[in-house]
Amino acid sequence: MTATSNAPVLAASNVTMVFGGLTALKDVNIELHEGQILGLIGPNGAGKTTFFNCLTGLYTPTRGSVRLKGRTLPSDPAQVTVAGVARTFQNIRLFPSMTALENVLVGRHSRMKQGPIASLFHGPSFKKGEADARTRCLELLDFVGLSGLDDELARNLPYGDQRRLEIARALATDPAVLLLDEPTAGMNPQETEAARQLILSIRELGIAVVVIEHDTKFIFSLCDHVSVLVQGELLVEGSPEVVRGDPRVIEAYLGKPPEEVQAEVDAYAAESSAERTSIIEPIRDRRPNEGGQQ
Amino acid sequence: MATLLQQLINGLVLGGLIALIALGYTMVYGIIQLINFAHGEVFMVGGFASLATYSYFIPESWRSDWWVALPLMALGGALVAVILAVIMERFAYRPLRNAPRLAPLITALGVSVVLKEAVRLFYPGATAPVPFPRVFVDEQYTFEIFDGTITIGSTAILMIAVSVIGAVVLQTYITKSRMGRAMRATAQDPDTARLMGVNPNRTIVLTFVIGAALAGIAGVLYGIQITNVDTEVGFLYGIFAFTAAVLGGVGSIKGAVIGGFAIGLIKSLAGQYFPGGTQYDLVWIFVLLIVVLVFRPQGLFGEPERVRA
Repeated sequence: MTATSNAPVLAASNVTMVFGGLTALKDVNIELHEGQILGLIGPNGAGKTTFFNCLTGLYTPTRGSVRLKGRTLPSDPAQVTVAGVARTFQNIRLFPSMTALENVLVGRHSRMKQGPIASLFHGPSFKKGEADARTRCLELLDFVGLSGLDDELARNLPYGDQRRLEIARALATDPAVLLLDEPTAGMNPQETEAARQLILSIRELGIAVVVIEHDTKFIFSLCDHVSVLVQGELLVEGSPEVVRGDPRVIEAYLGKPPEEVQAEVDAYAAESSAERTSIIEPIRDRRPNEGGQQ
Repeated sequence: MATLLQQLINGLVLGGLIALIALGYTMVYGIIQLINFAHGEVFMVGGFASLATYSYFIPESWRSDWWVALPLMALGGALVAVILAVIMERFAYRPLRNAPRLAPLITALGVSVVLKEAVRLFYPGATAPVPFPRVFVDEQYTFEIFDGTITIGSTAILMIAVSVIGAVVLQTYITKSRMGRAMRATAQDPDTARLMGVNPNRTIVLTFVIGAALAGIAGVLYGIQITNVDTEVGFLYGIFAFTAAVLGGVGSIKGAVIGGFAIGLIKSLAGQYFPGGTQYDLVWIFVLLIVVLVFRPQGLFGEPERVRA
């Protein structure tokens, strides 16, 4: 997939983030084009989530700038969402006591117009706006594969469904850029494959996607472009093939000889095309949360 | 039998009033975990403001028509209460949004003292209870039942009706509207709500506004039922309403209403039947509260507090 237009949707230039004496990010540059899937990988504590927080307005970079469609990102996260950046979270953050549909409707909030007074009197325009939003949100639930679960409380959904619901909620904000923070963490191979298909179909909608993931097989088989963050600095970037073969990446992040990684990737590619039913996966290390970066 | 029915009615009337005030407590607590001790005073100010509307703004010729005078008074009371709540939120609570919980709590107590003393000092004649006009139709309906008679005043019916309608409208608003969803989302996880495009400040102000409007209306109803207002009532009814909110489960609309009616009923029934009579009716309210909290610390309809991951 090559970018169709030259102007990037999202451009981070020389983003530097300093917390006290700690430089969490140093001169990170990223360009994201419409319909592109960008993978962001790196060891724990490399600054991936910090970078996401800079892209969503939670942090204002110490130096450097983030521009969305040529405009500098507002500093208020609610305004960033209105401008067109949506995200999901490393540790799921749904509204547990609201139904699946209501969660998605909250995502729709900034695209609806009804003020507090209009809602009180339930006029025709209020009813129409509310009905349109419901229709749209039900479509999104359907899109992520949760049709029929709209009345279920978010906290009662299975883990994989909760992750998908987060994606539906983010899509409800009509984003130009979707940021996914470890969308397959804790998923089994089938769920991971479903997530891959879902992200590919999100790309079809013309939305640019940034994915943080530790699962390198997943990243290499999904992304058009991969950036490797190590200790807050962009170490390598390029197509999956380039990044996969780069010895610095292997040394800093993968810690395995390239043949082994290659074998894993090939195996994954073979598995994804065939039915993957009874493969006993090695137990992946459960990654501890990157403390203090949320 | 007639006595029991009469006490049930009295209890419901008192309960309706308490429920209206408790809604404000429970909503504000639900969204920012602040027990707004000044909310009782907002109710009291609503009462005085509606009295001021009557005395200074409604022309003599309109005063006898209750369907003109009463809505105007309710509007005046609610409006002043809302303005007060917005100012309170902006200047007393918002700067302390990220402070330890104790700081806004103590601020709320301070605001409550300031409001009470301000009204006492500046409202003409407010050092003693001020008579409240009998604006609403002043009918007493008497029924012969079994072994006696029961009476229901027209204001009593109005009070119960307004509180029930108020609670139903509010519940619908919270569950079915865009801003209502924003309020619930902010209550559950303010940071995530913000990242989904919900403006937290606007949502929190709206919560204060709704609570204050209901308290202001409760102020008018109190006035026409009791026929006077007093600067002390804010504290007393504030405590009742706070207890009702805790009993029903802070944060729950249904809980606040049921808690309010439960307290009203306990107070009137205990005053009639329990040892000690009316002198001890407050004791039974708190006995009920303690018993409920022992078995359900989160209140009747509250959700157990979860530690956020």
